[in-house]
Amino acid sequence: MSAAAEPAALQDIRGPSALGGGVGRFFTLTWLLSVTEFKLNYFGTVFGYLWSLARPLLLFAVLYTVFTRIIRFDVPNYAQLLLLNLTLFSLFSESTTRAVRSVANNENIVRKMQFPRLVIPLSVVLTGLFNLGLNLIAVFIFLLATGVEPRLTWLALPLIVAALVVMTIGASLLVSALFVRFRDVFQIWSVLALVLFYGSPVLWPVEVLPESMRFLLFVNPFAPLLEEARLLMIGPPAPSVVDAAGSVFGIIAPAMIVLALCAVGLWTFVRTAPRVAEEL
Amino acid sequence: MAERPIAIEVKDLHKSFRMPSHRVSTIKERAVRPFSPIDYTTLHALRGISFRVAKGEFMGIAGRNGSGKTTLLKLLASIYRADSGRLRVAGSLAPLIELGVGFNPNLTARENVLLNGVMMGMTPREARSRFDKIIEFAELEEFVEMKLKNYSSGMSMRLAFAVMVQSDADVLMVDEVLAVGDASFAQKCADEFQRLHDEGRTILLVTHSMESLRSLCDHAILIEDGVVDLDGDPADVANRYLQINFKGPGQAPPQSADGAGGEAGRIAEVWLEDSDGERSRGFPHGSPIHLVAVIEAKQEINRPSFGFDIRSSGGVPVFASGSQQLADSLKRGDRVTFRATVPNPLRPGSYAISCGLAQSGSRPVHWRPRIAELVVWGRPQFGLVALDWSWELERESQADAVETTRE
Repeated sequence: MSAAAEPAALQDIRGPSALGGGVGRFFTLTWLLSVTEFKLNYFGTVFGYLWSLARPLLLFAVLYTVFTRIIRFDVPNYAQLLLLNLTLFSLFSESTTRAVRSVANNENIVRKMQFPRLVIPLSVVLTGLFNLGLNLIAVFIFLLATGVEPRLTWLALPLIVAALVVMTIGASLLVSALFVRFRDVFQIWSVLALVLFYGSPVLWPVEVLPESMRFLLFVNPFAPLLEEARLLMIGPPAPSVVDAAGSVFGIIAPAMIVLALCAVGLWTFVRTAPRVAEEL
Repeated sequence: MAERPIAIEVKDLHKSFRMPSHRVSTIKERAVRPFSPIDYTTLHALRGISFRVAKGEFMGIAGRNGSGKTTLLKLLASIYRADSGRLRVAGSLAPLIELGVGFNPNLTARENVLLNGVMMGMTPREARSRFDKIIEFAELEEFVEMKLKNYSSGMSMRLAFAVMVQSDADVLMVDEVLAVGDASFAQKCADEFQRLHDEGRTILLVTHSMESLRSLCDHAILIEDGVVDLDGDPADVANRYLQINFKGPGQAPPQSADGAGGEAGRIAEVWLEDSDGERSRGFPHGSPIHLVAVIEAKQEINRPSFGFDIRSSGGVPVFASGSQQLADSLKRGDRVTFRATVPNPLRPGSYAISCGLAQSGSRPVHWRPRIAELVVWGRPQFGLVALDWSWELERESQADAVETTRE
C-alpha cells in the first residue's frame, strides 16, 4: 500500500505524553471512549436511563422534603432551585469522583497502548456532560410543569455549563494524576467533594446567609455559577450575582480560582503522563 | 540491502526503572514522615541499545525473560519514555504489545473493532470501511453483533489480530502473538506476516520461538542483559539464544532429592562442561558433553565404581554407562573428580542425568537421581538419537556401463 510511496523521513519518538498523537485522533478517542461509557451505562439494561434519572430525582425528593417541611426555607421557587442546583453540581461531583481512579482503572490500556493520556479523564468529563444533558431535560420538564415561564435567558445556560465543565476538567486532571502516586486521594477527594456540596449554595439559597458574610461565600466558584444559573432559569426575585456578592470582586475571584485550578491540574497531569505507565 | 532506507534507528538507548523499596503510596504516609528518604533500587532494563532496521525488513528480537525486549518495544511504542538515547521511526507505527488490549467485553465485535482501530491509529472512517475485511479475516461473520464477553478467547484473539494486520502502519511491531492460540491460528499469523512482509512493510517481531525466528525473519538481534548481544542472521541469533539460554549450571536440582545412601561416601557435585571447559547445561547437537562428578569418601571404599544414565524428559532411558571401577580403594577423606566425555548424537530436547556410586562390585553407596539437567539444541528431528549412517545403491542389472555408488 504505502510501501510504494516515497520513503518517510525518520522521526524522533519522544515517549508518551498527555497530548500528542494528532488533534483528530485525540478528539476521536475522547469522543469514542465517552460514547462507549455512556452507552454501557444507559443501554446495558432496559431501565438504564430510568435508573440514572431516578437517582437524582430521589435525592431531590428527600432533600426537598427535609428543607421545606423540617428546616423551612422561605424562598420562592425553592423546589426548582434545588433541582437545578443538584443537577448542575452532580456534573462536577460525579465526573471528578469517577475521574480520580480513571487513569489507574484503565491500567491495561495505559500500559499496553499508545495514546494521549489526557483522553482518559477528559472522556470521563464528557460522559458526565452527556448525563447532564439528559438530566437537564427532566429539569426543563419540571420547570415548565411547575409554572415557570420559559424565557430567552434560558438560552444562556450553556455558558454556565461551559464554565462548570472547565472547572470539572481542572479538578479531574488534578485528582486523576495525583491518584497514580497517592492512593488515598480517592478517600480525600470524596470527603472534599462532600464538603464542597454542603459549603456551596446547592441546598440553600444565598439569601439565608447574612449580607455581611456573603462575600466569603463568593470565593467558592460554585456560588456565582449556581446563582447565575438560578437567575437565568428561574429569574428574579433572585438577587443578581454582583448584588449577592456585594461587589464585582464576587466574579473575579472565583474566575481566578477556576483558572488556577485548571492550570495546576493540567500542569500536574502533563508532568505525570510520560511516566504513568511505569508508576501504575 | 545496504542501500535500503532505514525504517527504525535506535541509538544508545537507556532505560531504567526506579523501584521504591518501600513504596509511599498515600499522602498520609508522606505527611506523617515528610522527610524520610525514599530508598530506590534501580533496575537497568536497557543499557545502551543500538540497532537499525531497514525499510521492508522483517526483524526478529530474541532474548531471555527479563532481558529488556518488552521494555524496548514499549519504548518504541511510546508507552515508556527513554532515559537517554535516540529512537527514530520512519512513518507510522502500529504496536501490538498484547492481543485484545482495550477490548471491552460488554461491547459487540463491531464496536470493539471501531474502538480498537482508532486506538491503533485508524480514523473512525477507515475502521468502519475495513470492518468487513477484518471480520472476514477473523472468520467471525456470524458473531458480529455478539458481545465480546460471549466470545471464546480464541475468537477474540483472532479479532484482535485481524484489527492489527488491517492497519495501514508502515511499521508493525508485535510481541509474542504466535505463542498464543492454536496451531492453525499460529499458522495464519505466520502467513499474514509473510504477506505483509511481501507488501513491503517493516515488521518487528519479539519471539521466544527460534523456529519462527528462523523461518520468518530476515534479520534478527539478540538482547541480553539490556544490551544487543548479537545483530545479524536469524540462524546465528537463534543458536546464540539457545546457547546463552542454557549457559551456566542453571537451576540446581533440589538437593533434598539426595537419593539413597551417602553414608560411606557421596557424590558431592555433578555438572556438565562444554569443550572449552565452561559449565553449561545446553549443548548444540553433535558437540561432546563432558560430565564432571566430585566424589567424597567418608569411610574407606573398596573397589569404588561410578556410573550414570541419561533419560529423556519423558523418562525414557537413552543411555546407561554401566559402572566403571575407579580405583582399588578410596581412603577416608579422599576427594576425587571424575570426568567423562560423551558424544552427543542426542535429538534436541531436554534430558536428565542420574549418577550412582557403588563399591565392591555392585553394593550401592550413593545414588543421585536426576542430578544434572542436559539440554540439547539444534534443528528438531524425529527419533531419539541421530546415528551416523551411510548408504549405497547397487544396480543388479546393468542397463549401461554407468556405475552408481554413493556414500
